[in-house]
Amino acid sequence: MRIAVKDLSVALAGRTVVAGVHLVAKEGEIAGLVGPNGSGKSSLLRTVYRHLRPSAGRVLLAGRELGELSPAQSARHIAALPQERGGDFELTVREVVAMGRTPYKRAFAADDAEDHRIVADALVRVGMADAAGRRFAQLSGGERQRVLLARALAQQPDVLVLDEPTNHLDVRHQVELLALLREQRRTTLVALHDLNAAASVCDRLHVLHRGVLVASGAPRDVLTAELLAEVFGVRAAVVEHPLTGDPLIAFDHRTPARPADGQPTPDRDRQTIS
Amino acid sequence: MTSASASSSATGSEASASAAEADGTAGPRPARTLRAGPLAAGLAVALVLALTAAVSLGAVDVPPGEVWSVVARRLTGRAQEPGTRDLIVWQLRVPRALLAAVVGAGLGLVGTAVQALVRNPLADPYLLGISSGASLGAVATIVLGTTLGLDLSFGSALGLTVSLAAFAGALGAFSLVWLLARRGGGFSPLRLVLAGIGIAQFLGGITSYLVLQTSDEQQTRGVLFWLMGSLGGAVWAQLAVPAAAVALGLALLQARARGLNAMLMGDETAAGLGVDVTRLRREIFVVTSVLTGVLVAVSGAIGFVGLMVPHVCRLLVGGDHRRLLPLSALTGALLLVVVDTLARTALDGQELPIGVVTAVLGAPTLLYLLDRRLERN
Repeated sequence: MRIAVKDLSVALAGRTVVAGVHLVAKEGEIAGLVGPNGSGKSSLLRTVYRHLRPSAGRVLLAGRELGELSPAQSARHIAALPQERGGDFELTVREVVAMGRTPYKRAFAADDAEDHRIVADALVRVGMADAAGRRFAQLSGGERQRVLLARALAQQPDVLVLDEPTNHLDVRHQVELLALLREQRRTTLVALHDLNAAASVCDRLHVLHRGVLVASGAPRDVLTAELLAEVFGVRAAVVEHPLTGDPLIAFDHRTPARPADGQPTPDRDRQTIS
Repeated sequence: MTSASASSSATGSEASASAAEADGTAGPRPARTLRAGPLAAGLAVALVLALTAAVSLGAVDVPPGEVWSVVARRLTGRAQEPGTRDLIVWQLRVPRALLAAVVGAGLGLVGTAVQALVRNPLADPYLLGISSGASLGAVATIVLGTTLGLDLSFGSALGLTVSLAAFAGALGAFSLVWLLARRGGGFSPLRLVLAGIGIAQFLGGITSYLVLQTSDEQQTRGVLFWLMGSLGGAVWAQLAVPAAAVALGLALLQARARGLNAMLMGDETAAGLGVDVTRLRREIFVVTSVLTGVLVAVSGAIGFVGLMVPHVCRLLVGGDHRRLLPLSALTGALLLVVVDTLARTALDGQELPIGVVTAVLGAPTLLYLLDRRLERN
């Protein structure tokens, strides 16, 4: 299912953090959102999974405006993997994945055989079937992300929305998780910090800078030395990856970063007290 | 021949066992987690036994058999010329035991819901300032009443006034917390906690001032009732409202159990699962506040039950609210019936305030549970 963001703006406490963004993720496409901290990636994604309401513009799911659907209706089409870690409330892996069935269930309805099958299947798909009875809070970071992906899959969504899914993971788990994401072959909107990962995983990249979309296109067209200097304020060479042929960004870690044109913005990707 | 058929039936049962494993129902379960159904049944049986013991024990011991025959006689309307023991059982102990069960159930339920509401396992029903409002309402009424020369002791005609004043105070505190917490549109956990703590301190200060102004002994006793909690004033007439409130509260919360689960993971996760978090949090806040107000109005602020019961239940059946909510109610009921019986019978000729018993038993239990939990992690 195709998802489109039209002229979308988001204001937090009166401050515009996303301004007039247009972007489209086509059916089955992995669309990557990249940009410095505070560029508005998370805020944009939050409007897609309806944690935030846009201050202007629209989010269209297969041409239909998201606001016309009930929260549960849109959660049957769009599943999110936000950056939250959740508290420790003695939940098992299976219980966490079963939460994915929430948008399909009425009050008092118990999980039926179909739900059990979907949950078991989602756990198999992320390779965590053996961990179903373990406590979620005791998993490693990599296992946890895979379980959260399974929860999203249990929503049987047409669109996956992920906010920095590889944060805090070691490189092997990063590679595993992103490979898993590609295997799903679903319309995907993913914010990524790691530009090299974004370059090899995403079909298209959208670069946000201070809430404004500054570039969109195939990774090799978007990720240029000029753009990296302008948006991230770093010196880098973009070469061809010797193994995959994807664009590979070699950063110059010796030249101090200059502020990307103008004042540096505070990190507002993470919510403060909320 | 016979051995062949025996072996084929054995393979058949093995096959069905492995099928059960494959569909996930018999997968590896954490050893600590019990099945909710049998546990609930066990707790219900234990509750009936505890209620019987509660009615049976006291200054005058009534054998369990006689307890049930009194109850049966009363329920079938065949009670003629009730004797003293009949009156003790039916007018004093049964309402008190039932009130203990109702209040315990309510506190367990509210504790579980409030911990999910503010996403903090150390929250309890009194965190959001509701009980402070109730205490102030009650204490103000007692002080004012004695000044005017009225008898407001529990069980007297005007005792009900104190309960109503307590409930009004609870609603007043709830309104203040609501107004403070909703600023900025949120009802975020932190805002709720901050507003609750602020209001609790503020109202607690006024209550302390009023307590300092009291001079006569009866007033002080009445005031202590509210500050420590007691089930001593239980009468039949005051059972229906809290019982109905707990039943309704359980139904309303149980209907939102999946939403509560989702909220444990975080507001964004819950939003992504199609839960309207702001609305859900508002609903849970209203339900838990009204229920707390009702409970405190009939029993004062009994501590530790609402904090401890959710922890015990989570250790027993895990964190899923669909199981946790009803089990918290059952466990809370059982706990308070047992504790109140202890409070009545532990010392000869003197009743301990129930809040003292819950704190003395509850604090070490809670520390033990939390310590075990930290060790596991």
